[in-house]
Amino acid sequence: MKRVYVPLALLIVLILFPLVVTDAYYQHLMILVLLWVAIGSGWNLISGYTGQVLFGAAAFFGVGAYTAALLLSKLDVSAWWGLPLGGLVAVLIAFPFGWICFRLRGPYFALATLALNEIFRHIATIWESLTEGMVGILVMQTFISKIPYYYIALALAAGSVIMIDVVTRSRLGYYFVSIREDQDAAESMGINTVYYKMISLCLSACVIGLAGALYTNYMGFIDPKVVFSLHDISIMAILVGIVGGVSTVYGPAMGAFIMVAIQEVFRSGGFGLLVKLGKATGWPVMATVTKYVSEAHVLSFGLLVIFVILYLPNGVVGDWSTLRKTLLFWKRETA
Amino acid sequence: MEHPKEDFVVLETGNCLMAYFEARKISKFFGGLAAVNGVSFKVEQGQIYGLIGPNGSGKTTIFNLINAYFPLTKGEILFEDQKISGLKTHQICQRGIGRTFQIVKPLKRMSVLDNVIASAFLRVRRKQDAVAVAEEAIEFCGLTAYKDKLAKSLPIAMRKRLEITRSLATKPKLLLLDETAAGLNPSEVEQAIEIIKKIRDSGITIVIVEHIMRVIMSISDKILAINHGMVIA
Repeated sequence: MKRVYVPLALLIVLILFPLVVTDAYYQHLMILVLLWVAIGSGWNLISGYTGQVLFGAAAFFGVGAYTAALLLSKLDVSAWWGLPLGGLVAVLIAFPFGWICFRLRGPYFALATLALNEIFRHIATIWESLTEGMVGILVMQTFISKIPYYYIALALAAGSVIMIDVVTRSRLGYYFVSIREDQDAAESMGINTVYYKMISLCLSACVIGLAGALYTNYMGFIDPKVVFSLHDISIMAILVGIVGGVSTVYGPAMGAFIMVAIQEVFRSGGFGLLVKLGKATGWPVMATVTKYVSEAHVLSFGLLVIFVILYLPNGVVGDWSTLRKTLLFWKRETA
Repeated sequence: MEHPKEDFVVLETGNCLMAYFEARKISKFFGGLAAVNGVSFKVEQGQIYGLIGPNGSGKTTIFNLINAYFPLTKGEILFEDQKISGLKTHQICQRGIGRTFQIVKPLKRMSVLDNVIASAFLRVRRKQDAVAVAEEAIEFCGLTAYKDKLAKSLPIAMRKRLEITRSLATKPKLLLLDETAAGLNPSEVEQAIEIIKKIRDSGITIVIVEHIMRVIMSISDKILAINHGMVIA
């Protein structure tokens, strides 16, 4: 029963969140977290469960984002149509890619996805007549309030977590994990590995593409550097998965929360704490420190990954029991 | 009432004589090296058919050819009167040919039960059914005590047995067993022999590769000896 109650309680808290916390800044952060839950879940399905490491989540994210933006700028169709279509176009990209690249195994497949990421970034940059190149595309936001976006993002995040939960406990899930553990054994168990890897990739691409399209609608502006970004999207997706817990249902949710929080703490210099400290003390050195700290979030990701790999190899959710034991022990020691 | 014509009867007998499983002059060349060279054999339904030969004589390669892990260079393979060479590995498993690996390939980070459930899904759609099939296969092979253990924590004898269990869960008609007794101690070998006999008694035809002569002599109905990829006896 605990399996149902805890997530349900969490969902209710998330539903009530924007009604309680009316500050637009925190609502914005939560929308980002929810977007990352969706992207992380998508990544987790193909990489965590099926074992085909995706280094190019931004390819699907960006394609989804550009689908929504181009619908509005070229066809004058509401960017909201981009939401379903963004997912669909991402799948259409995933299909031929998977068909060709699933002949590659392990790190070679991962490198191919990295290439896919770069191919689309270059296309979006160079094909100026279609994508406006580096200038980017501006999309007018439909709502001024953040609340509608929040609930759409929540629906997407909850939907992707539920999708993972349902899939992994079904026949598909067993097949995905079998493929991850040993592809040859899976073949001789009668599993059509190419076919099931395709299903996994298409599901992932769909979720990530949807998140991309929602990003366009929410942020109102995209350019190739942002949506096809290797370190801000593709690597971040991997980090969300690893920190939260690879091949756990709730791992990406936990990972998204931690990663966005860390990113924001650094970006804002400890939520403005360092700026205040600088003013209070009057030390000029604080200004320099603030500047460096706010640029150091990527460095902090590196440190975090080292920590996670050393102490929590299965991620926060995957090693939850170990983590809880350590924390309890630590509390008893200090008490 | 008209009786069937004479030649029709003859044709029918001809069909019955046709082997359940047949390899016709199968060959596999790796570059210039003939790993398997023109090997032919027939297996009747319900038999235990042994393949023996020294290391590197091509026994496992024959299995890899049957289950299409490698493509054939020459020859063809027939099963239940249909050509199966040219099909993909998973299709061959769907036709009813299961195999185990000499170098065991357990799905390490899954429990024994999950290992077997994954392969049981080949014949059934619903999860309850797959669990039932898997538990039956586990019971059959005497792995019940290890059901919830992770596959990577099993000792070698149990890993070998897991291989058999997993292929049984795909409900094969023909089972290819690749050195299931290698590396086992004498009492474990006895148990392995018992399991193989039990599988035969349940109506599954078996082709077995084995080094331990005691095993192969005590259970095989027919034995094929090969060396350098060719039949010698």
